[in-house]
Amino acid sequence: MEIPYTYKARPDTGLYNAKVGIWLFLASEIMLFGALFSSYILLRVQAPDGVWPEMRLGWPHGLLNIPIGTFNTVVLISSSVTVVMAWASLKMGKIAAFRRYMILTLMCAFGFLGVKSYEYNEKFTHYELRLKNGEVHTGHLEVNGKHPGFWSFADIWNLDRLTKEKVAEVQFTADPPKPKAGEAHAAEAGHEHVAKAIKRDEISRLEAFIPRNHNFFAIYFTITALHGLHVFVGALVMAYFAFPGSRMWRTNPEQFTNRIEVVGLFWHFVDLVWIFLFPVVYLL
Amino acid sequence: MSTATSTQQAPAHGHGVEHHHEPGFWQKYVFSTDHKIIGIQYGLSALVFLMFGFLLMMCMRFQLAYPGQKIPVFGSLLEAMLGDAAKGGAMSADLYNSFGAMHGTIMVFLAIVPLAFGAFGNYVTPLQIGAPDMAFPRLNMASYHAYFLGGALMVASFFVPGGSAKSGWTSYSPLATVAEFGKPFNGQTLWLIGMVMLITSSLLGAVNFITTIIQLRAKGMTWMRLPFFVWAQFVTGFLLLLAFPPLEAAGVLQLMDNLFHTSFFLPTGLVVGGDQLPVAGGGSPLLWQHLFWFLGHPEVYVLILPAMGIVSEVIANNTRKPLWGYKSMVYAVMSIGFLSFIVWAHHMYLTGMGTKVSTFFQTTTMMISIPSVMILTALFISLWGGSIRFNTPMLFALSFLPMFGIGGLTGLPLGFNASDIYLHDSYYVIGHFHYVVAPGTIFGLMAGIYFWFPKMTGRYMNETLGKIHFWFSLLGMNLVFAPMFIQGLKGMSRRMADGGTTYFGADDIAIKLNTSITHAAVLLGLAQLPFIVNLFLSIRNGRKVESDNPWQATTLDWATPTPPPHGNFATEPIVYRGPYEYSSPGAARDFTPQGQKV
Repeated sequence: MEIPYTYKARPDTGLYNAKVGIWLFLASEIMLFGALFSSYILLRVQAPDGVWPEMRLGWPHGLLNIPIGTFNTVVLISSSVTVVMAWASLKMGKIAAFRRYMILTLMCAFGFLGVKSYEYNEKFTHYELRLKNGEVHTGHLEVNGKHPGFWSFADIWNLDRLTKEKVAEVQFTADPPKPKAGEAHAAEAGHEHVAKAIKRDEISRLEAFIPRNHNFFAIYFTITALHGLHVFVGALVMAYFAFPGSRMWRTNPEQFTNRIEVVGLFWHFVDLVWIFLFPVVYLL
Repeated sequence: MSTATSTQQAPAHGHGVEHHHEPGFWQKYVFSTDHKIIGIQYGLSALVFLMFGFLLMMCMRFQLAYPGQKIPVFGSLLEAMLGDAAKGGAMSADLYNSFGAMHGTIMVFLAIVPLAFGAFGNYVTPLQIGAPDMAFPRLNMASYHAYFLGGALMVASFFVPGGSAKSGWTSYSPLATVAEFGKPFNGQTLWLIGMVMLITSSLLGAVNFITTIIQLRAKGMTWMRLPFFVWAQFVTGFLLLLAFPPLEAAGVLQLMDNLFHTSFFLPTGLVVGGDQLPVAGGGSPLLWQHLFWFLGHPEVYVLILPAMGIVSEVIANNTRKPLWGYKSMVYAVMSIGFLSFIVWAHHMYLTGMGTKVSTFFQTTTMMISIPSVMILTALFISLWGGSIRFNTPMLFALSFLPMFGIGGLTGLPLGFNASDIYLHDSYYVIGHFHYVVAPGTIFGLMAGIYFWFPKMTGRYMNETLGKIHFWFSLLGMNLVFAPMFIQGLKGMSRRMADGGTTYFGADDIAIKLNTSITHAAVLLGLAQLPFIVNLFLSIRNGRKVESDNPWQATTLDWATPTPPPHGNFATEPIVYRGPYEYSSPGAARDFTPQGQKV
């Protein structure tokens, strides 16, 4: 039994099955990310006033690394170009060029994920500190003479943990104030960029830049992690097609080319999500 | 198997029947990629879940009629399995909540949708459009496996400490988060993960169905020659495709709330049990409701449209007349599909989202009743002047019309926000949506089972048992759900674990109805026994079909061998005419199959 139109286009629709399938899948993906972006908007417009070193319209601002985000945007857009080049190479029958472009695409994909994980770790080791006298600082923490370690989820501190482990005092290095930041309390934090001892009893809240800290981080981590998962899965599929899956080129080049087109469409979508995500989360 | 006019002995042509070696049991029944086997897998699993959901409800009904007494038959079993929650074989309030949440979840996501979309859609759609299989057979298999896994997680959640999810099938935040706050591994978490599985399953299914209908229609099968059942499945596919992802998003956000203590749905200053909840706050409980009902309302049409499709097939076939207004029905079903995306907040009139918003959703809700009534009217007019065959499928299909009518009309006072203020969250609501889904959709699905059983097995189901099943179900359904309107109008709230005795008291008619409803529910349960017996006995002992087309139907599903082999058609089908050419003047017989030339 043969399923018709698995790789030949149906004359009246002009499409092969997988292409219809991937567009439908992407429609559903748009609804998924659309719902998350809508949630972001709703959470943001109705966020209660909070105390953050830098706010814009009642929402924390300036906490993400814009140069790194820009770099990642460029990386992902480049990968969208290379995946088209890979497909075009197949259309021209050049399997070697196809593989070169796929390797470039994969490098971009994993480069993106690497940078993203660096950013995540930067957040996990970055703290918001509120003192009982009303001061609010952001900065880095040193507990018992140690900085919380790289990629160590268990080593994230908060006030409860300080109490539980009977830590009486922490060393806190406040972030240097941003040149443009006009808020008074940022200037009070001191420019010296040296660790300062802070007693546990003075602290009213200590929380790393993790999802539970604030809905800004919650939605940032949720959407970017879901997007990262899409990047990862897309990269795995492309790695398969670049190496073991390219066997099909010898038996059925047309179907293989179609497969690359379909994975390319998915990859463009992943890119597109990031193109919305970057300005919405980093810049606005 | 088939007899005289069977086409099974003609496998010589390229298109169709597979000659390969007979696959083993696992390959054939568990890891099958054949849409018919997958359809049957879906159907049997869904029927099991239907019974499971019904039994949960029976325990709850007993508790409502006789609060705090030991449940007969199941009481000791529940105590042995669930421990303290069912102490002494009676139902605790917690257990009532948990059964209530799971009854809704199981009935909607594990029973009705898989039966209507997974089972009938899978089995019948490719046959009716003349396709050898679904466009993506392996995705189809994955879809069933994801469904099975999701179902298994849901069932397993009864046995984790604290019991299954108990915040209603709507799983409203913040209740769903604070109910077991600080215990990451609880019933709610499993519910959410199970839902993600089920959403994945219906996503794969929806992509597959839509692609199949667009791409694999047989030669000559133009859009307006598609049977109405296929149209219903097509629109259902789009609803599942586009409405489920927002619930997936909501599920992910609630998982974050439960596991990582974010505050997506938790407002500032939430106090639980006297203590302020240790979260950042700043979230929005309304956000959950919007995301949930954005799925929730299209989901209602996912439940009803396939049943409408089945009923249309059965009615056209048994009145021996073309469907009246086929084209308007097609446009109506498309309008329903579109409008169902903009009515969701009529579930939320009492949340304080504002009168302007409420007015918008009230308007769209009234608009969506128009295409629904169009379909119903077209089906009623189709009966006019027909020489109706009153067999079991037809009886179920016929009773679908008034039952769905009652369900639909009682929905209007809920759609107006002035009257909804009074009726909201009362038993009236329960009566309303059960009329739509139980004697509505389930009767439609029953009609489908009796109708297509001969194609699946080559044997009829027993008519006498079928009629007993039908009449007692009809009686039971109405005795169960009609009194709920009275209870609701008398102000009785839903979700009260003791049937309202402690809160209510003022009106004992409403309280007494609890007992009569429970007795009717037992009758309804007993009425399903002839069906179960019939279903299994008829596989081997039913009366054999006389031909491949026992109901003398016109659509392509009856042009296959019986039962259809892998690949479905013996020769490639070509379509020459519309789907319902019954009693055409001048034709030799009172039906002209779609594949018949001239």
